[in-house]
Amino acid sequence: MFEALREALIEEMKLDPTVCVMGEDVGHYGGSYKVTKGLAEMFGDLRVLDTPIAENSFTGMGIGAAMKGLRPVVEGMNMGFLLLAYNQISNNCGMLHYTSGGQFKIPIVIRGPGGVGRQLGAEHSQRLESYFQSIPGLQMVACSTPYNAKGLMKAAIRSENPVVLFEHVLLYNMKEKIPDEEYICCLEEAEMVRPGEHVTILTYSRMRYHVMQAAKTLVNKGYDPEVIDIRSLKPFDLHTIGNSIKKTHRVLIVEECMRTGGIGASLRSAIIDNFWDYLDAPIMCLSSQDVPTPYAATLEDATVVQPAQIVAAVEQICQ
Amino acid sequence: MAAAILRRVTHTTAAAAAAATPRVSPLPLLARGISDSTDTITVETSVPFMNHIVDPPSRSVTTTPHELLTFFRDMSVMRRSEIAADSLYKSKLIRGFCHLYDGQEAVAVGMEAAITRRDAIITAYRDHCLYLARGGDLVSAFAELMGRRDGCSRGKGGSMHFYKRDANFFGGHGIVGAQVPLGCGIAFAQRYRKEGTVTFDLYGDGAANQGQLFEALNMAALWKLPVILVCENNHYGMGTAEWKASKSPAYYKRGDYVPGLKVDGMDVLAVKQACKFAKDHALENGPIILEMDTYRYHGHSMSDPGSTYRTRDEIAGIRQERDPIERVKKLILAHDFATAQELKDMEKEIRKQVDDAIAKAKESPMPDASELFTNVYVNDCGLESFGVDRKVLRTVLP
Repeated sequence: MFEALREALIEEMKLDPTVCVMGEDVGHYGGSYKVTKGLAEMFGDLRVLDTPIAENSFTGMGIGAAMKGLRPVVEGMNMGFLLLAYNQISNNCGMLHYTSGGQFKIPIVIRGPGGVGRQLGAEHSQRLESYFQSIPGLQMVACSTPYNAKGLMKAAIRSENPVVLFEHVLLYNMKEKIPDEEYICCLEEAEMVRPGEHVTILTYSRMRYHVMQAAKTLVNKGYDPEVIDIRSLKPFDLHTIGNSIKKTHRVLIVEECMRTGGIGASLRSAIIDNFWDYLDAPIMCLSSQDVPTPYAATLEDATVVQPAQIVAAVEQICQ
Repeated sequence: MAAAILRRVTHTTAAAAAAATPRVSPLPLLARGISDSTDTITVETSVPFMNHIVDPPSRSVTTTPHELLTFFRDMSVMRRSEIAADSLYKSKLIRGFCHLYDGQEAVAVGMEAAITRRDAIITAYRDHCLYLARGGDLVSAFAELMGRRDGCSRGKGGSMHFYKRDANFFGGHGIVGAQVPLGCGIAFAQRYRKEGTVTFDLYGDGAANQGQLFEALNMAALWKLPVILVCENNHYGMGTAEWKASKSPAYYKRGDYVPGLKVDGMDVLAVKQACKFAKDHALENGPIILEMDTYRYHGHSMSDPGSTYRTRDEIAGIRQERDPIERVKKLILAHDFATAQELKDMEKEIRKQVDDAIAKAKESPMPDASELFTNVYVNDCGLESFGVDRKVLRTVLP
């Protein structure tokens, strides 16, 4: 996946000279997850800017540059570090278009790896989707495959709105064959992963793989789950989701966010508001536990949703 | 009226009499006009510049009668507007937070005189006069303060969010300190595009203690960004005096490896000289800090009387000794560029102009209800939704 993201960056930077990258170790080091490897040699030090460790101000700088007409791609080495830039992302990035009465647009992309990794510890395993989702003016997308990573990165760079692109630490080495021709994914669309009839499973990012693993077990047990990778975390693609619910009448949400105030919580209430009449069973939501991610491997596995839990949840819903 | 004074000035100089014909149309209110009088005078700044790792510019500033009169006019408009805003606030037409700039006008006017509209300015929330200096008109300023449709941010920003994109005025920010990295980002874009322009990044003595300022300064110095950090030191961060908040109140020295100048911010010619110097420096060598020693007569905002943490004698003393408009007035009268009566008439005309603008702004209606949802995103991508469940939209974005 890191190569797909890199390809997208290279293609967009070649197309548009105002696209630039800034972040820690993105230039000569090549990026801590190799997403920007080789870019500094190709485009120069100014377009692939190695910043000091100052998230608050280099995110602010990216926003200021966007106000003046550039299209920066700001990398948080780990999404969790972007909490230091929360003021800039919320007040200046999200709100400036509104408070200036439409004068300034902020076509910035803020990206970085988040999610629970392999025993990285509590502070390096954060999921910021839940913190950013209520900021007005931001768009949020989460990629999960090399195909949609490249497509979403390109779409995010071309978008006039500020977009936060959530990548996942454990998915960078995922491999997949992707088209040679140019393509873009729609930022607001969800992806149908596996059509089915019995239950709609809504998921995103790494949990998609846990869901697909559970789906294998479920199929053997005779169930037919419909799996949708929602991809667009803000706004939700209620069109695709709604059509699915109208077909299956049962919903399971599987996410890596914390249970409290997470994406699942908002999605659940959005579904209830819009599709209540189509539901035959209460919506179930499987999320990570509301705890700091522990270091010990067994405890860390218990923090996130595992395929066995997904299977059990589907069986419960489909009773 | 003002045009008449300027015509009279050009007539009294022999060279000008033979030169261009006097302009018939009156000057736009805040024009930094090109003087058609070749009569320059040299004035010394009130105090020499204090410097940190850079040689200061000369204390002698050249100016022209035209320029001085423009300074007088521009600063008087700003003073009058801020006082009018005070009354509007007290009559509850302006609500929320309203931070007034009276006393600090010389910084805005002097800065504008040293640069072009292609250079950028960004500041925090004490932004009304900066907006006017950048060419913003009085009606849209007052309409924005009153939250009306014809305001510069369509009524949706308020006092702390004035912007003027076509004049490279980037606002207007509520959280102090956050505008400093933004300004460095604007300078980054200017360098990226090799524009040959600079950014003036304004903040106060209170915000000077924000960490992100030092972060941004480090990066600006690393990459030689054409940014000038201007500390408008009015000596009080809301209610906290500078010596109570800052271990080192020598803000011009705090750049450490970045050069700095301390300027008398109540002397518009000193400000102009320093800003010109800083612009040339920034284009060659990267960031420089300007500390403007200035003062605000009003409290921090309209909800602060401004007298609990400083004495009325102090305020009156500054008004007596250092008022920027009085200084320019004395200079004009001393050199006989206008009579006292003419200046008084100018002030009366300005007062009327401001009152007319307020009346016009009052006529502007409140924004339409649909405006609640416009400009949240740049375009709607053809979809009909905002919030997470796509139900909140009432109108499609332009």
